[in-house]
Amino acid sequence: MREFFFLFMVIVAGTGGELCVTRAMKVIGEVHDFRPAALIRFVFRAMRVGWMWVGIGMMTVAFFSLLAMLSIENVSLVVPVTALSYAAGAAGALFFLHERISRQRWLGVLIVCVGVTLVWLSKR
Amino acid sequence: MKDSPGLHIKTFILILLMVLFAPLGNVLLSKGMKAIGSAKNWAPADVFAILVKILTSGYIWLGIACLLAFFVAYMLVLTWADYSYVQPASAFSYAVVAVLSYFLLGEVVPPLRWAGIAVICVGVFVVGHTPPRTTEKA
Repeated sequence: MREFFFLFMVIVAGTGGELCVTRAMKVIGEVHDFRPAALIRFVFRAMRVGWMWVGIGMMTVAFFSLLAMLSIENVSLVVPVTALSYAAGAAGALFFLHERISRQRWLGVLIVCVGVTLVWLSKR
Repeated sequence: MKDSPGLHIKTFILILLMVLFAPLGNVLLSKGMKAIGSAKNWAPADVFAILVKILTSGYIWLGIACLLAFFVAYMLVLTWADYSYVQPASAFSYAVVAVLSYFLLGEVVPPLRWAGIAVICVGVFVVGHTPPRTTEKA
């Protein structure tokens, strides 16, 4: 039961956090300069966007839930199973970020979910 | 909108870094957490004791360093590529994590799990053949 709780937290908080970070990155815009000083300025600019902090908070919750899962199950099971976030991520990208998700992308996400199911079934 | 070859190359390089650092980080975290063990009950004192062990574990900090490297690459790529492209494209890390867990942690990976991971990679391949950006440039 606690495995399902931690898995739920990893997926929901992790996906929510990634969506918030993505929104923050879109506010900043595309990076063209990859020199160290420019990258440091980029990180400081990112830290001034509110969505970034919401995302970091949610990803922190997901991180400690992942640690709890890793103390219970093998990493070769835990990490692939967290791919369930793909379905949540695609839906979130559609509704929260207003990205256009093609049928091919949905098909890919569906195949990923089938793979996750097989990984879960390998759990003894 | 037509994307330049340069955009595809820098997308590929950053996703490659993500695919290497994330699994290595997770394997190091797993090694650290297996040494620490799970909480017997969820009493505050028990959770606090586990938290102290987590924060003083070298493997956990190494894992966090790898995940931070992953996160920087992830943030950079998201400034131009769609989230719904980057997230599935980075799923090759599931295959890498199974390989690393086998060689570095000695985990037994059953055939059905390898099959599941292979199916995940097929899903990644399907998603990878869609354009990196579907929204207009900001």
